[in-house]
Amino acid sequence: MERNIALIALFAALIAVLGLVPKLTLMSGIPITAQSLGVMLCGTVLGARRGMLAVLLFLLLVALGLPLLAGGRGGLGVFAGPTVGFLIGWVAGAYVIGLLTAKLTSLPLGLAAAGAAAIGGIVVLYVPGIIGMMIMLDMTLQTAFLSIFAFIPGDLIKAGLAGAITASLARARPGIVASRPAG
Amino acid sequence: MLALVSPIDTPYHRLPAGLKFGALSLATVALFLFDMVWMQTAALLGVVALYLVIGLDFLRQGAAALRPLWPFLLLVGIWHFVLGDPAEGAVVCLRLLSAVALANLVTMTTRLDDAVDLLMWLLAPLRRLGVQTGLIAFSIALVIRFVPVMLDNARRLLESWRARSHRRPGWQVIAPIFLVALDDATRVAEAIRARADLSTYNADD
Repeated sequence: MERNIALIALFAALIAVLGLVPKLTLMSGIPITAQSLGVMLCGTVLGARRGMLAVLLFLLLVALGLPLLAGGRGGLGVFAGPTVGFLIGWVAGAYVIGLLTAKLTSLPLGLAAAGAAAIGGIVVLYVPGIIGMMIMLDMTLQTAFLSIFAFIPGDLIKAGLAGAITASLARARPGIVASRPAG
Repeated sequence: MLALVSPIDTPYHRLPAGLKFGALSLATVALFLFDMVWMQTAALLGVVALYLVIGLDFLRQGAAALRPLWPFLLLVGIWHFVLGDPAEGAVVCLRLLSAVALANLVTMTTRLDDAVDLLMWLLAPLRRLGVQTGLIAFSIALVIRFVPVMLDNARRLLESWRARSHRRPGWQVIAPIFLVALDDATRVAEAIRARADLSTYNADD
């Protein structure tokens, strides 16, 4: 129990840290914000339940008024804004990512985590995200989808990175991914 | 850690957090019930007045907090203008500005400990369902303590990257950032076990 609390709190802090450090670059020099990558890693490493709790805890701190979202945003205002659906999507996404990572045991961990992160971090994330934009901005389904379409390639790359990072964490600390006790 | 609470002291700071939160919830629901342009304009003017009675500096602070909203307003504005329905676009933009500015006002004038107290009060009914709300308070305190520590660790790793490479830090630093945290989690768990019995932990004690 103490270990679960410590892991959940530390991963919630890591989501914040990944939003606060300067943008990182991919091999080709494209800058990426790593915050959503942190959400994916909560699911792949901690599993469905603990991963979701870490994301919930992080959002709770944002709601309490701490500027922990990328770019130093936070407070109740972000929950009244157009991107609120994506914040809800993070919670559901982390859960599904954890679930799928545990289910796809026939695949190597890196591939399973990347696939889970792509489904949870794009499909599951974008559904509430798009619904939120339709409500807050009074958009049609098509316009909401078109306006976020440009983010899909970046999120696919992040899903791939989440897979690679999860695999290297499991190599360095065998047993850390709960569904893969052997690493 | 930097909070979003305004350094300008206002009478709003002294209002009970529960009152502000309740008023905000009602006002937000009301904003979504009415879609006449004049009503939304009046609402936004009212919100501006709430900031302005404190002073121009406070209003400027509030406006700065709305900056992330501009791309969305532009998008909606252009979209509705193209559709030939500028009134509809105006309602959506005005409503969004009012709702976010009001929510920001509550955050800007509510200190963190007041906000946590309110959260615990809101969560109290869950205790009957067997949820250990004390653990939630404990976890919140842990994260607030961990963010500066983890940020420091991350900065140190980024610095050692820069010391070795002329290129900007890449995604490869993320794995070590997480490794340090995973090892810390083990030590933190031991420290908690040594000092407290979490199964009986209660935030009110």
